[in-house]
Amino acid sequence: MLYLSSLLFALGLVAVITRRNAIVVLMGIELLFNAANLNFIYFAPADPLHQGRLWVLLVMALAAAEAAVALAIVLRVARLTGSPNLDR
Amino acid sequence: MPLLNVLFFGFAALAVVGGTWLVLTPRVLHAALALLLTLLSVAAIFVLWGADVAAVAQLMAYVGGVLVLTLFGIMLSPGGRGGPASDAVNRLSGWALGALTFAGLAYVLHGAGFERLPWRPGAAVPIIAHAGSVVETGTGLLTTAVLPVEIVSILLLIALIAAATIATDPSDR
Repeated sequence: MLYLSSLLFALGLVAVITRRNAIVVLMGIELLFNAANLNFIYFAPADPLHQGRLWVLLVMALAAAEAAVALAIVLRVARLTGSPNLDR
Repeated sequence: MPLLNVLFFGFAALAVVGGTWLVLTPRVLHAALALLLTLLSVAAIFVLWGADVAAVAQLMAYVGGVLVLTLFGIMLSPGGRGGPASDAVNRLSGWALGALTFAGLAYVLHGAGFERLPWRPGAAVPIIAHAGSVVETGTGLLTTAVLPVEIVSILLLIALIAAATIATDPSDR
């Protein structure tokens, strides 16, 4: 489980670093969030209240907020530059 | 091997395949489909590890919200044919950094040996939720974690208003 989480984290990192399209970079960030959520779920039974299963929901809300704002910014910049790529 | 382990490793393999596909595919729409595969697999893994509410929220918030938002972003962005990944040097260094990260994390995890901790006997085996998992999470959301939930909801509201404001074309006003 934790190896799966670290593998997803590494893949998200690679997507963030190597992809040129800003939207795919955002998808890589979603992968990073998912890796963190897997860790929360794994360690939830260590807590008698199982709060890890609860904080996952808050992380998801934060991820949704981040995706909304970042996509809005990407759309504005892409309209200005004519391309969603990060190196223009 | 128990059925739960087979299911877990199957969904874990699907998640990794989706992640790898996301990194490798040159087209943005295929990357979105790969992300869909990964998100669905992770939701299934949440169910296997006893987090029912998190799995449902994963389906609703990620697959139903973030991914659809991303698809709209792909459709609305000009020149969105995806384009190649970055230059060979950057790609190589990115993969090297990713491999290094995974190797480091795996080394630390192997050394830490969380499976041997007393609170989790046989931690390599997934657990299906006991009956009170949903009740437990709901109670927790309304008692111990009510302040974070409120803060996050206000933040989400502000972020959505800000996103709508940013995305509006000034010439349309």
